[in-house]
Amino acid sequence: MTEDQVVAELRSGMTIGIGGWGSRRKPMSLVRAILRSDLTGLTVVSYGGPDVGLLCAAGKVARLVYGFVSLDSIPLEPHFQTARQAGALRATEWDEGMLQTGLYAAAQRLPFLPLRAGLGSDVMRVNPELRTVRSPYDDGEELVAVPALRLDAALVHLNRADAAGNAQFLGPDLYFDDLYCAAAERAYVSCERIVPTGQLAAGADPTRMRIHRWMVSGVVEAPNGAHFTSCAPDYGRDEPFQRAYAAAARDPDTWKRFQATYLAGDEHDYQRAVTAGSRA
Amino acid sequence: MNAPAGAEVTRAEVCAAACADAWRGDGEILASPMGLIPTIGARLARALFEPELLLSDGEATLVGGVWPVDEPPPPAAAEGWVPYRAIFDLVASGRRHVMMGPSQLDRYGNANISAIIGDGDFQHPARQLLGVRGAPGNTVNHPTSYWVPRHSPRTFTERVDVVCGVGYDRAAAAGPSATRFHRLRRVVTNLAVLDFGGPGHSMRLLTVHPGSTVGEVRAATGFPLHTDGEPGTTRTPTGAELHWIREVIDPRSRRDQEVPR
Repeated sequence: MTEDQVVAELRSGMTIGIGGWGSRRKPMSLVRAILRSDLTGLTVVSYGGPDVGLLCAAGKVARLVYGFVSLDSIPLEPHFQTARQAGALRATEWDEGMLQTGLYAAAQRLPFLPLRAGLGSDVMRVNPELRTVRSPYDDGEELVAVPALRLDAALVHLNRADAAGNAQFLGPDLYFDDLYCAAAERAYVSCERIVPTGQLAAGADPTRMRIHRWMVSGVVEAPNGAHFTSCAPDYGRDEPFQRAYAAAARDPDTWKRFQATYLAGDEHDYQRAVTAGSRA
Repeated sequence: MNAPAGAEVTRAEVCAAACADAWRGDGEILASPMGLIPTIGARLARALFEPELLLSDGEATLVGGVWPVDEPPPPAAAEGWVPYRAIFDLVASGRRHVMMGPSQLDRYGNANISAIIGDGDFQHPARQLLGVRGAPGNTVNHPTSYWVPRHSPRTFTERVDVVCGVGYDRAAAAGPSATRFHRLRRVVTNLAVLDFGGPGHSMRLLTVHPGSTVGEVRAATGFPLHTDGEPGTTRTPTGAELHWIREVIDPRSRRDQEVPR
């Protein structure tokens, strides 16, 4: 598939989970395809990074479910801050462990799972729809009933995949990409390279094949598709580019120039502009 | 072991040793420092008096030995793989002691890293910060300490705008499941060391750093501080600690950027 074909299968108002963590291994070419689309009113679930920032800046997000939004080496995401400070989206801010638990509940077709995280904090106050549940056993503990985070679609970026949707992470952490896929009605994997199935096992230990074809509806080959987030060991985060992105995001005029340079065309145009920019 | 001749002990070094003391007696748990001075402190603690502590490289590897704060650890030092979901499991197991950096902290230890609300409400904050991150889960599951590099009334506030890290009063109000594993250990700042040993688990001033005064600490705190008698002076690092800080853990003096000389 192409990025645009994936986005053609999405609809406005959907709940979309985005894999990766902060500014690490984000499916950025798929996010860029959403920016080019007519999609609107999305609920986005993310351990947020520039994926969230870009979607907020483009006005695509009606509701955001998150524990944080950060660029890692730059702690705060300027577009996300601007959107929040304008009251431009409904914020569902949870403890980051609650996100995992909610995805896990969805993947297991459970209505909720109990968790200690959240008790006593303002997560319970600012999300009044959250409920607690009392243990039916002798301990009688009262815990947070984290509701299932069912996703209409999941978008993840892996290092390698085969055409059937079996995918492999080669970096330090899978993050929660498998849970995003399993919690979703339809999951789409972008990857640095599509390889024959036999090459997956040749490339690395089978324990790294953690995304399975039963979870996946479509595969996109997207070389440098996580740019400018990291995709170790294929490439690290493009720190100069991220600094330029963050600086542009803090100033509307600079942002217009950044958009014109990088986001006006399709993915090929983006990658060409990145190459040209890094040579400049 | 003696400190290098003529080198005066800096405030940053006093702070690093005070952070190290936070993990004293913790044994075989994951020490999770947020910020540079706590990172120096955690490595110092393991190097000198808490050898069973677990430390991560900040990505997904548990690492043995001691290595500089501005370098990756040697690959052979790896002793375990801890992707984020393993860290979440560790949080729930209680075998972790985190030192976090709050934007606001109140007298009962409620901590805010989420947003400054100002005249708005949660859906329309004056200034969005990181988000609650793992602070709610950390504080009700395992010991938590705090590091504040600039002790000021803006940080030490009467009330915090968003309770992310749970304080003693809020944990008590939430009930036994919130208090069962809730422990706030200590607060280290650029001026002083504090804990929650005051009445009703309120903040108590334990020691002031050499060169600082009780009056300075009180003036920089936006609520009344409890003291038991006259607070003492924070200990200065030993010669061995200074050696480890200066020669091994932070040879390029990054610590002076977080706490200026």
